[in-house]
Amino acid sequence: MTRAFLLLALACAFLLSLAVPWISLPSDLAWSVLVELRLPRAMLAVTYGAALGACGAAVQTIFANPLASPDLTGTTSGAALGAVIAAYLLEFASPFALSLGSVAGAMAALGLLLALAGPRAETSTLLLAGLAISALAGALTTLALALAPSPFAFYDAYEWLMGSLVDRSLSQSLFALVPTLACIAVLMTQVRALDSLALGEETAQAIGYDIRRLRLVIIAVTAIAVGACVAVCGAIGFIGLVAPIFARRLTGGRPGSAILPAALIGGVLLLAADLVVRLAPLGRTLPIGVATAVLGAPFFLWLVTHMRWKLSR
Amino acid sequence: MTALLSATGLSISGRLEQTSLTVDGGQLVGLIGPNGSGKTSLLHALAGIPPAIGEVFIDGRVPRSLPPAVRQQLFTFLPASRDVAWPLTAKHFIELALPPDSDWTALSERLELGGLLDRRMDRLSTGERTRVMIARALAPDPNLLLLDEPIANLDPYWQIVMFEELRNRARSSRRSVVMAIHDLRAALEWSDRLLLMNNGRICADASPAELRISGRIEEIFRVSLDWPAAIVSADPRSSP
Repeated sequence: MTRAFLLLALACAFLLSLAVPWISLPSDLAWSVLVELRLPRAMLAVTYGAALGACGAAVQTIFANPLASPDLTGTTSGAALGAVIAAYLLEFASPFALSLGSVAGAMAALGLLLALAGPRAETSTLLLAGLAISALAGALTTLALALAPSPFAFYDAYEWLMGSLVDRSLSQSLFALVPTLACIAVLMTQVRALDSLALGEETAQAIGYDIRRLRLVIIAVTAIAVGACVAVCGAIGFIGLVAPIFARRLTGGRPGSAILPAALIGGVLLLAADLVVRLAPLGRTLPIGVATAVLGAPFFLWLVTHMRWKLSR
Repeated sequence: MTALLSATGLSISGRLEQTSLTVDGGQLVGLIGPNGSGKTSLLHALAGIPPAIGEVFIDGRVPRSLPPAVRQQLFTFLPASRDVAWPLTAKHFIELALPPDSDWTALSERLELGGLLDRRMDRLSTGERTRVMIARALAPDPNLLLLDEPIANLDPYWQIVMFEELRNRARSSRRSVVMAIHDLRAALEWSDRLLLMNNGRICADASPAELRISGRIEEIFRVSLDWPAAIVSADPRSSP
């Protein structure tokens, strides 16, 4: 029932994204606008939102922390750095090369995370290591931008880093969609194992789940899905934090079962954010990464305050 | 007749040394020993929690090779920690790893869980959480229960209710309970058999009456069993 409702909401938001703002055009031009501009944009919003939602739910579960998200494990920053290096230092510009660079960056961040924190690290250690990697990747990305071959390249990279769904082709959206669907399929096979983590790590292990392997699978899958999306659209934050929190309210708090709802909610949220960006009367289109940050940061602050209040009770 | 639990070569580096153990059906086995003696490590090794190594057979089967649903019918494990990772309701917590058609209403009535089921685990008292966690371990109706400090945080009334529940289960020839317990008096009163641990090994295996007479408990724990308890002068490190 919940899934059906979420699917319906996603379908409505998708159709709205194709239709709004409504403009009257000759039929061949309208078709071009629909297929070449709006369809890739809506597909990317659903894909990226679903990737962030599903991966956010999985990452929050393995870290047993509702504040964890691909941003906090360094995955997004590593992916952005990998793509920037591929695009502006090695002068690769094809979507495939960018995707490879991005996934490689996310994987490198993962490798560094494991090297720093170790495979059996405490959650707090993993999160601290993730924050350190984010800071390092951010600094190296700035350095890579400073070394960009031209001001135009610098501006392109800067705008891409802020996150955008505009002017992407159908083939680019497929570069994000295929790995994302594969990764969500893998995550769906881990739902029971992730659910069992709500009973505690020792109990989950006694039930028969290999938590060390599960952790590695989740981080690798997250790196691939988020890396592929970052390569096409740049860095978009907060969806991976917010969507799983709403999703768990629909699953009785079960963290693994929240993966699919979180993917659907993530898709709806990013489509909605894109509509806000399109319709905002600002004279120019805001990067969607900026919009999700402006809308998501207050929610993040509320969450931190709420958790602190609960802990101090 | 094969033993319900048979374990050999259980070992965890620095915590548990080459331990073997056999438990027949119908036994309530108490695991006692000073802090750091290896009680929790032995339970972890029996439950197959890494990094333990060794062979474990329960009801003639190797739990490690079985899928989670079957494994839970063979044994369940109650960890020492009463912390919860996610704010599930007590009902969702108990049902999380259960098959959908499981009926645990009778268990819920016996443990008087009715008023707790719709409340979030992180909002229950530690004692209430303990009752819910024990119910979760009992709900799959396993052959073997591995319980780490099952009565910690329970008031005297609930300690007796829980021990009676465990003893009733252990009356069946295909059911047993192995529990680590710090309360010596409770261990001596309720257990059918006691395993005394020290320095990562089982150093005594006897009935409560035999162990009480042997003087090994005073020797290892360095306290008298009289009431009120008093410290005696034995050094536990000198004991094998």
